[in-house]
Amino acid sequence: MSDNPLITAQNLSVHYPLRGGLIGPKPYVGAVENVSIEVAPGSFFGLVGESGSGKTTLGRAMLRAAPISKGDVLFDDGEVAYSLKNLGKKELKDYRSRAQLIFQDPYAALSPRMTVRDIIAEPLEVMGLTKTRAETDERVREIAAKCRLNVEHLRRFPHAFSGGQRQRISIARALVSAPKFIVADESVAALDVSIQADVLNLLKAIQQDMGLTFLFISHDLSVVAHVCDHVAVMYLGRLVETAPTRALFSAPRHPYTQALLSAIPSLDPDDRGKAQKLEGEIPSPTNPPPGCKFQTRCPMAIDRCRVEEPLLETAGPEHNVACHRWKELAM
Amino acid sequence: MSRLIDVENLTLQFDTDEGRITAVDNVSFSLEAGEVMGLVGESGSGKSVTAKSLMKLNPRNAVYGPDTKITLHLDDGPIDVMSLQNDTEMKIVRGGAISLIFQEPMASFAPAISIGEQMVEQLMIHTNFSKAQAKEVSVEMLDRVGISDPSTRFGQYAFELSGGMRQRAMIAMALSTKPRLLIADEPTTALDVTIQAQVIDLMKDLVSEFGMGIIFITHDLGVIAQTADKVAVMYLGKLVEQGTVRDVIRRPAHPYTRGLLAALPTLDDIDAPLTPIPGDIPSPLERPSGCVYNTRCQEVLGPRCSAEAPRFSQVDTDHAAACHLHDPQGGGA
Ligand SMILES: Nc1ncnc2c1ncn2[C@@H]1O[C@H](COP(=O)(O)OP(=O)(O)OP(=O)(O)O)[C@@H](O)[C@H]1O
Ligand SMILES: Nc1ncnc2c1ncn2[C@@H]1O[C@H](COP(=O)(O)OP(=O)(O)OP(=O)(O)O)[C@@H](O)[C@H]1O
Ligand code: SF4
Ligand code: SF4
Ligand SMILES: [Mg+2]
Ligand SMILES: [Mg+2]
Repeated sequence: MSDNPLITAQNLSVHYPLRGGLIGPKPYVGAVENVSIEVAPGSFFGLVGESGSGKTTLGRAMLRAAPISKGDVLFDDGEVAYSLKNLGKKELKDYRSRAQLIFQDPYAALSPRMTVRDIIAEPLEVMGLTKTRAETDERVREIAAKCRLNVEHLRRFPHAFSGGQRQRISIARALVSAPKFIVADESVAALDVSIQADVLNLLKAIQQDMGLTFLFISHDLSVVAHVCDHVAVMYLGRLVETAPTRALFSAPRHPYTQALLSAIPSLDPDDRGKAQKLEGEIPSPTNPPPGCKFQTRCPMAIDRCRVEEPLLETAGPEHNVACHRWKELAM
Repeated sequence: MSRLIDVENLTLQFDTDEGRITAVDNVSFSLEAGEVMGLVGESGSGKSVTAKSLMKLNPRNAVYGPDTKITLHLDDGPIDVMSLQNDTEMKIVRGGAISLIFQEPMASFAPAISIGEQMVEQLMIHTNFSKAQAKEVSVEMLDRVGISDPSTRFGQYAFELSGGMRQRAMIAMALSTKPRLLIADEPTTALDVTIQAQVIDLMKDLVSEFGMGIIFITHDLGVIAQTADKVAVMYLGKLVEQGTVRDVIRRPAHPYTRGLLAALPTLDDIDAPLTPIPGDIPSPLERPSGCVYNTRCQEVLGPRCSAEAPRFSQVDTDHAAACHLHDPQGGGA
């Protein structure tokens, strides 16, 4: 992947201010801290990590829907090049048509009082991308067909649809403005496995068909293994490992990645008790531990880990890991 | 092992504005003490309704089928759950002999009362403990489920706990009455894999420690493989397959179970395509005639599948499926 990245996070930090603290430095939640990633065009880029690790915040920052406190996000699709930190009003409007979000919850995201046609058409109308109703209708029908929704479906209201169908409606809505970059935040988490497989296949097919680039946020590593070509692992707002999917799953280098992989329940009943168990929970991001953020739970932690924060190092082709002891783990 | 519960011909319908819908259709199973049964199936298949039926916790619009029989075997003899009429009579079952962990942990704790107060209140209803004893037992239970600093947590509110801790507090509350049967409805679904692994371990310890039976409801077959002794698979209110966890996962006999397993993304072969079950689950208002799965089944045997409801046939010792594939001669149902 030597092409220019479509989207790049450069030492990106997102801080949410906390109340209180009149004296001294203002307290904040470091939801994302100093994260750098490059997403190549046409990539299906996975983002994993436990609840609260900052996945949604990073995805939102890449859509300019979360405040960029430090660093920047750069977008370059060959037609336009933006620094998201410094977007003017007009540019932001244009960016909204190029970068879109698919919501997590197919039940909450759709307005019950609008027909499916109107739900899908809304972004076109809000952004003023089509001039006539006929043009809008054509775009809606075209994208609906790609998402396997027929003309009959378009006339109905969302409550009449199953979870999988609703998720297809959300996808059609996100795609109607012909974006280049899509953030899919836990888009299949609420679906049953059989419907999940269907929606994932649809996303992959559309991605290839329309040349889209995806940031795919999920806490389900098995799903990520199947659909993503590259994966980044987050812990407490930091990037701890990033690698091509095959490398990450066959040779994980960070103790946290290893623990995550090992905790996936195996389908083999005779594997019971084999999993390597991670004790405790992710610390609060308002009060992160010093040194390596994973040291409070890491089975490999040494004194150095408690004082010095590890930096990302190259562990293989496009494979980066932030751990003082990754070389020992690689043996 | 001794028998803990027998469920025979459980049928439950709901009266709704759109008509009477069948949520659970003639379901039978039983559980031994010390046994963990996984109950799986897609959303809407009737898992939660089945679980609540065992405690008669269904809303007013619920109508039980006349042949429904639920027998709970306690030390003092069997209890016919369907014959229990009012809340007083149900007391022995609800929160006493059977505890339920609800699907949504936030909904199970009142927001304005501390975790500890709720545990104490519940214990005092179902046991003869004094307030001080109830507090002691509650703190001990919080400790048992791996909550650090339990006496501080005792005074906290549900919103102050993380998801995993809240789930463990739920389990602690459900276990404090030392139930004979624990029903856990999706107890790990909202949790991260790491915390999920902790909760699963905890539940397994508890089975061996207290010898209780567990009905574990989930749509995650990996979790079932790691926790359950046996499995029951539901589709559109029907039980379609039952067997030991090894048999059902390694040699699934019902086309629906095979479909569920094929749709799972596994780490063994990450290049394998994902295979969805074709079509959508029919609305409970439009239940297909014959076999309820015939609108999506890949192995349909012809008109018989849409005409005749399949009976349960034995495919192995302790392994049965309701599908005409395993009942070639037929014989009517
Ligand atoms: N608007 C906000 N204001 C303050 N804090 C926030 C805000 N949004 C997120 N946070 C905090 O930032 C951290 C990261 O949250 P984020 O939602 O990005 O995590 P996540 O990885 O998406 O988790 P999940 O898997 O639960 O969705 C959390 O501690 C969260 O509480
Ligand atoms: N109070 C009610 N009134 C009417 N219908 C109901 C009621 N409760 C449940 N149902 C219906 O009964 C059927 C079974 O629901 P149930 O909640 O048991 O499914 P489930 O298998 O637990 O699904 P999930 O995996 O989504 O929790 C569904 O069609 C549901 O809509
Ligand atoms: S730096 Fe130390 S504490 Fe952090 S992951 Fe590596 S070994 Fe563990
Ligand atoms: S009875 Fe027929 S439709 Fe039903 S699962 Fe068996 S083969 Fe499929
Ligand atoms: Mg999130
Ligand atoms: Mg349920």
